[in-house]
Amino acid sequence: MTTAGTAPLPRSPAAPLDVAAIRTDFPILATRVGGKPLVYLDNAATSQKPVVVIEAVRRFLAEENANVHRGVHYLSERATLAFDAVRDEARAFLNAPAAHEVIFVRGTTEAINLVAQSYGRSTLRPGDEILLTTMEHHSNIVPWQLVAGQTGAVVRAVPITDAGEVDLGAYRRMLGPKTRIVGIVHISNALGTINPVADMTRLAHEVGAIVLVDGAQAAPHLPIDVQALGCDFYACSGHKIFGPTGVGLLWGRAALLDAMPPWQGGGDMIHTVSFAGTTFAPLPAKFEAGTPAIAEVIGLGAALRYLKGVGFEAIGAWEQELLTRATERVREVPGVRLIGTARAKAGVLSFTLEGVHPHDLGTILDADGVAIRAGHHCAQPVMERFGVHATARASFAFYNTFDEIDMLVRGIHRAREVFA
Amino acid sequence: MTRDLDELYQSVILDHNKTPRNFHELPPPARHADGHNPLCGDRLTVWVDLDGDTVREVAFLGNGCAISTASASLMTAAVKGKSRAEAMALADEFQKLVTGRLEGDAERKALGKLQALAGVSEYPVRVKCASLAWHTLKAALAGAGEPISTE
Repeated sequence: MTTAGTAPLPRSPAAPLDVAAIRTDFPILATRVGGKPLVYLDNAATSQKPVVVIEAVRRFLAEENANVHRGVHYLSERATLAFDAVRDEARAFLNAPAAHEVIFVRGTTEAINLVAQSYGRSTLRPGDEILLTTMEHHSNIVPWQLVAGQTGAVVRAVPITDAGEVDLGAYRRMLGPKTRIVGIVHISNALGTINPVADMTRLAHEVGAIVLVDGAQAAPHLPIDVQALGCDFYACSGHKIFGPTGVGLLWGRAALLDAMPPWQGGGDMIHTVSFAGTTFAPLPAKFEAGTPAIAEVIGLGAALRYLKGVGFEAIGAWEQELLTRATERVREVPGVRLIGTARAKAGVLSFTLEGVHPHDLGTILDADGVAIRAGHHCAQPVMERFGVHATARASFAFYNTFDEIDMLVRGIHRAREVFA
Repeated sequence: MTRDLDELYQSVILDHNKTPRNFHELPPPARHADGHNPLCGDRLTVWVDLDGDTVREVAFLGNGCAISTASASLMTAAVKGKSRAEAMALADEFQKLVTGRLEGDAERKALGKLQALAGVSEYPVRVKCASLAWHTLKAALAGAGEPISTE
């Protein structure tokens, strides 16, 4: 990797990452866009897939495909074994106490909707409060608004500071005896802020509220430990952690999940069915109605093994170097305003460029093969908080390089020239 | 596929983005409609003041990318003085232009300065940026009160 023209940053002594080797694990990174190498900086939208994930899905479909938990035949047994094994791997990934507390869902959005419609709808009473932060993704706002409309509960939003951190003083003041549910994003997709989830959970528990953590952006960047966080529910998506789309994880405390009513009814989630009444299967099947995303779950298992092999210590160290470098280089460009300057941040760089709308910047960068996200990032309250309609967002994964950051910066300069 | 950025960001577009024409409100009885692109958050309002069947004044305000702002600005200049039916027809021709469905050179030339937005047809995700103002104009001409959306 060349870093021509700039002083090399000190390498992290604990965690050297062979980025060049890692990049060969991801076939799509060799893509050329209009003759130029792809620079993929839209990892917060979705991550790319290592060949082991692609191959696991292919192999399952080619050699082991059958429905799970149904047949007694050879293929069904193979498929069921492979599928169930991933639940154990997901348990380890989240450091959950037990595998049956891990529910396979379609993604973070579905996980939150499940908790809102099952736990929320069965427990919320008129006047109860659901406390969220202003930096939540729409997927951790709208499900709560829906259940609030159904139950008479009230959704409140904790303000954030100019740096894009939760105002913890306001959070303490807004917590109270009416607070039943607290929803916190672990890492903000629009700002990159890493929230102090363990502390916020402790405070919520003091008033008797339960805490759901939206881990969609955290799972690719941090080692997740639901027991250390102390939360009650944790949700994340497979496609953001280098696995397939269409699969995600919901972890919940067994005591809560056991007491919750089923959300969707169908096959696989029942014990016995008759027209006189139906009894439900124990966890996790109770919340997994219908044929699951089997091939995708298998792919997710491969992704979790891959991540374990790379190691979050190495990933975290390299991504911090990328973020530091990108922040320094981008903030030097005249007219750039960084949106989200929290002290604890993950690899997300959200910014505006004076005189250039983020969409135009996105198109100009794309002409150089640089893929970023432009828009409101499904976090319109964040945009409103910072008085912008949209931002440009570069988001990093451990396969990104300093050269790619240089390409990003070059593109931003080019956009300034076009719109000069 | 090679796409030329200069084709998209022509000087006419950059000019209308920087100094949009007719960028203000119109007082009543001018009618207006709100346009919204939920995908990107772009919003604009288009006002039309009709003299009988003729568009006497047209103006807009809003926040959007260069393509959406320039498109709205060029639109206001293009439809001023036209009849309601002519403005509606022009909206349809413009939609053909930005989606690459215009048949011949004559049709294209009939669009005058609006041709500057032809480059958008090479960028399918940006078509909505260019169309928003025109959809909103049609809503204003139809007198619909509901905000219109590109989705």
